Amino acid sequence: MKSITRQKTMEEIQRGLKGLDKVFIIGCGTCTTMTKTGGIDQVEEMKGRLQQMGKRVTGRAVIPTACDDMTEAAMKENEQYIRNADCILSMSCAMGVHRMNLYIGKPVIPALDTLFIGVEETPGYFREACAQCGQCLLGETAGVCPITACHKGLVNGPCGGTNNGKCEVDKEKDCAWTLIYNRLKEQGRLDLMRQYQPPRNHHIALKPRAIRIQ
Amino acid sequence: MVSRFKEALNSSKFVITSEVAPPKGTNLDKMLHHIDILKDKVDGINVTDHQSSVMRFPSLGGCLAIKERGGEAILQMTCRDRNRMALEADLLFAYSRGIRNVLCLTGDAVPVGDHKEAKGVFDLDSLQLLKAVRQMMSGQDMGGNKLEGTVEFCAGAIVTPEARPIEPQLIKFEKKVEAGAEFFQTQAIYDLENFTKFMEYARKFKTKILAGIVLLSSARMAKYMTENVPGIFVPQNLIDELSKVPKESMLTKGIEIAGRTIAALKKSAVCDGVHIMAIGKEEVVPDILAAAGL
Repeated sequence: MKSITRQKTMEEIQRGLKGLDKVFIIGCGTCTTMTKTGGIDQVEEMKGRLQQMGKRVTGRAVIPTACDDMTEAAMKENEQYIRNADCILSMSCAMGVHRMNLYIGKPVIPALDTLFIGVEETPGYFREACAQCGQCLLGETAGVCPITACHKGLVNGPCGGTNNGKCEVDKEKDCAWTLIYNRLKEQGRLDLMRQYQPPRNHHIALKPRAIRIQ
Repeated sequence: MVSRFKEALNSSKFVITSEVAPPKGTNLDKMLHHIDILKDKVDGINVTDHQSSVMRFPSLGGCLAIKERGGEAILQMTCRDRNRMALEADLLFAYSRGIRNVLCLTGDAVPVGDHKEAKGVFDLDSLQLLKAVRQMMSGQDMGGNKLEGTVEFCAGAIVTPEARPIEPQLIKFEKKVEAGAEFFQTQAIYDLENFTKFMEYARKFKTKILAGIVLLSSARMAKYMTENVPGIFVPQNLIDELSKVPKESMLTKGIEIAGRTIAALKKSAVCDGVHIMAIGKEEVVPDILAAAGL
């Protein structure tokens, strides 16, 4: 499972860094290294681009897992370089941005957009498999999530846009309900698809969502 | 006040519905003209709801115009743009203004339309919307609260007899029948043999089926639809038939094809009626009916 990210355009990054000329860059050794959006190579490349933009890079680091509590120690190690900077440019996912904001008090500017939580189905191919809806249907849909795999998130079967097993929004995307039908048929469990699924509860866990484990 | 359309469905007559598309803007002249052409010739007129996810004058507004002009309106409602509260509220308003028929649809995906960055709502799907209509008819909203003054609708849905694969589509069709869909208007059908097979299956269920007739206005349009529109299959012999006539006669040929398809369906009594979609050429619907001998 990985947090899937995509680098913002340099124009967007430049806008984010307006008035912030000295920059410390932080990448992440976990998800964004895997997805090649915030590993050592991308951090190096970003350093060059920022310099071309006329920024001064006071330092850079790729911390092992930007979203966990070791981030504090990693940032303390680099504290003098971070203090010399006007801001941190984060090449982690948004979870890392959130964590970095807790320490040292410098503004953290994201260089990446966080797209979804993906599973790696085949090497290098990540697909969103869970939208954290809080009402798991996978047992009734043969392990294919209709909330994430169907463009419209339909829970009662396919729409009229199903097209030879593909989706109306993109011929490259599989129709979730064709996949569900095929698997349930193989399992001899098509009766599950005949069941009426009531409207979803959109407030299973009240937003903002949080939980305290005792 | 009982729905005139429902009365037609429950009679033994071959039911005919058609549809109009509201404009993008407030100039209603063309839509009103189409309504005037159709209102005395068909048993119900659908008004599309931001068809193909293109923002337009609302379906409800079009239905009120039909009502004002003495026609019978079928309110198309998609789940794309409104959550359950907004859908319920619109149903209350529609009923209060004399609309008695509703077609429950999921709705096209937002990215196929002209507001590509808009949020697709899909709080409900077509089936859940049908159930919501039924629940409101029983005097309760979806929250289980009592309504002060209830609603009464003839509620229907759609089915795509040419969907591939067909089996998942049929499961959903059966769920819609169970949810109380009184009628179905199908996606366009051209292959009568395939449609007859579908009807042999569909006849087992207690509901009315109106076959979708989309006017083929040119060979190019027929080819485009069969290649690009999910669930539409135009047999090659029809494309060839259109290709053989000069360009200026293609529309006439399309009217002839639609007319003879309707006549064949009526003659064999394979289904309960037809839903004619002329897609921008509503003024020729009377010609199609004449070609069908109706």
